Amino acid sequence: MPSSSRREGFARALVPSRIVNSPWVRPLALLVMIIIGWDLAVRIFSIPAYLIPTPWDVIQAFRTEGDKLLMEAVPTTIATVAGFLLSAAIGIPLAMLIAGSKTVESYLYPLLVFSQSIPKVAIAPLFVVWFGFGMMPKVISAFLLGVFPVIVAGVQGFKSVEGDMHDLARAMKATRLQTFAMIGLPHAMPAIFAGLKVSVTLAVVGAVVGEFVGANSGIGYVLQRSIGNFELPTMFAALIILALIGVILFWIIDLAERLMVPWHASQRHEILVTT
Amino acid sequence: MSPSPLRIVAREEAREEAPAVRSRLIEIRGLTKTYRTRDGDVPSLRPIDLDIHDGEFVAVVGPSGCGKSTLLKLVAGLIPPSQGEIVIDGKKVVEPPDDVGIVFQSPVLLAWRSVLRNIMLPVEVRRLDRASHLERAKKLIATAGLTGFENKYPWQLSGGMQQRASICRALVHDPKIVLMDEPFGALDAMTRERMNLELQRIHFETGKTILLITHSIPEAVFLADRVVVMSERPGSVAAIYDVDLPRPRRLEMMGDTAFAALARQVRSHFYAQGQLD
Repeated sequence: MPSSSRREGFARALVPSRIVNSPWVRPLALLVMIIIGWDLAVRIFSIPAYLIPTPWDVIQAFRTEGDKLLMEAVPTTIATVAGFLLSAAIGIPLAMLIAGSKTVESYLYPLLVFSQSIPKVAIAPLFVVWFGFGMMPKVISAFLLGVFPVIVAGVQGFKSVEGDMHDLARAMKATRLQTFAMIGLPHAMPAIFAGLKVSVTLAVVGAVVGEFVGANSGIGYVLQRSIGNFELPTMFAALIILALIGVILFWIIDLAERLMVPWHASQRHEILVTT
Repeated sequence: MSPSPLRIVAREEAREEAPAVRSRLIEIRGLTKTYRTRDGDVPSLRPIDLDIHDGEFVAVVGPSGCGKSTLLKLVAGLIPPSQGEIVIDGKKVVEPPDDVGIVFQSPVLLAWRSVLRNIMLPVEVRRLDRASHLERAKKLIATAGLTGFENKYPWQLSGGMQQRASICRALVHDPKIVLMDEPFGALDAMTRERMNLELQRIHFETGKTILLITHSIPEAVFLADRVVVMSERPGSVAAIYDVDLPRPRRLEMMGDTAFAALARQVRSHFYAQGQLD
């Protein structure tokens, strides 16, 4: 119909539909609404600046202290990434062992679950006592928070191979290594990635917890100091940086997942588009 | 009409009755299986004796939980028997034999491999010559009507096509014997009939020895040279019927008197005993 195509053409002239439909537009629109709501709330209820700063105050804080905050983000990011990589490097083989051996599972799994109920914040000072100020306690704290979801997801992934699949492997006389490399590992990949995504966001929390208790650098340190000095705009700016670290790392894992398990149900629309 | 195509063969007689031209490929002797569980021993198979000849198509029908799948797993060497033995081609089965391909109820295709690479999986695992088997895989793909789908992923295929791919996978290393555990149970009725025709063709073209476990009586009668009827748990051979219907069989034959009589005869076992399912 000419009229509808004209209307579409008109809309496209204003905002190209490619941009409107791109995945980042909707969350961004929501974010803008939240910021407007925040600003309105502060003004309407006249909330004092030492409780909640206005968005404008936070932007000011970015302008004056942005460079310094980005500098402080570096050690936090390093601690997060190191703790996360350690989680993956230790968590995935551990999940393999637990899923592969009933004996290992019976010894290890209950203790792992038990250890998860110990609050990391409570034992973080201990790492400072053991490893001193600096990178080490942060990495360990990030690792301890990040490793559990990797293990749980990995165990589930490795265990969810169907009985018929095992029979198929045995009928082909596959070795243990072949079964693992050709069936077990690829089968567990989607679950492992789900665990890694949770892990990376928890690793950020872990790194900040480490910085709370024993560090003189990093976003966690900035957070603690700015609360102490009632510099709330700086604190909010630091929180935003922290959230950005988490989002970027999550996005990287998501990208890796798309590249490595393009065959999984959660990724299939991507393939359908390309074929 | 010549003598009825339907004959009850006594168990002892069945063993002796092998046609002189065809050699016994699978010999099942006094086979029993008892599963040990926490609640005690659960007998699954009572002593079973059965001979399957080279190139023969044998279908096993029986009520749910009668141990038909257990029988297949025993022949496949996936579980050890409690008593008795299975001899394939003169060799006692103690581990999965090389000369066997298995088709499961679900296609169990690997989601991250294309159809062709799924079919080539046994070749990779068994470290067989890739080039010659690739040729063979492509021929099988053509036979199974999967041409053009070699590079698709399993989830891009219909259920019937997935199961055809898994049949190709079972045949790729050219085994003498194909074991099928209710391979078409998950398919809709019309797809199932088409798959029966295709399986008949594959059997005709390849001359494989096929042991088919099924709970569909028409399917068993349509496909098999002999139908083995199993009793309820713990399963044993209740009767063996020779199906002398001419080949190639057509779907329309399902309406014929001889076919109906056979199917009715097989069915009567289950209603005499109680329930089929």
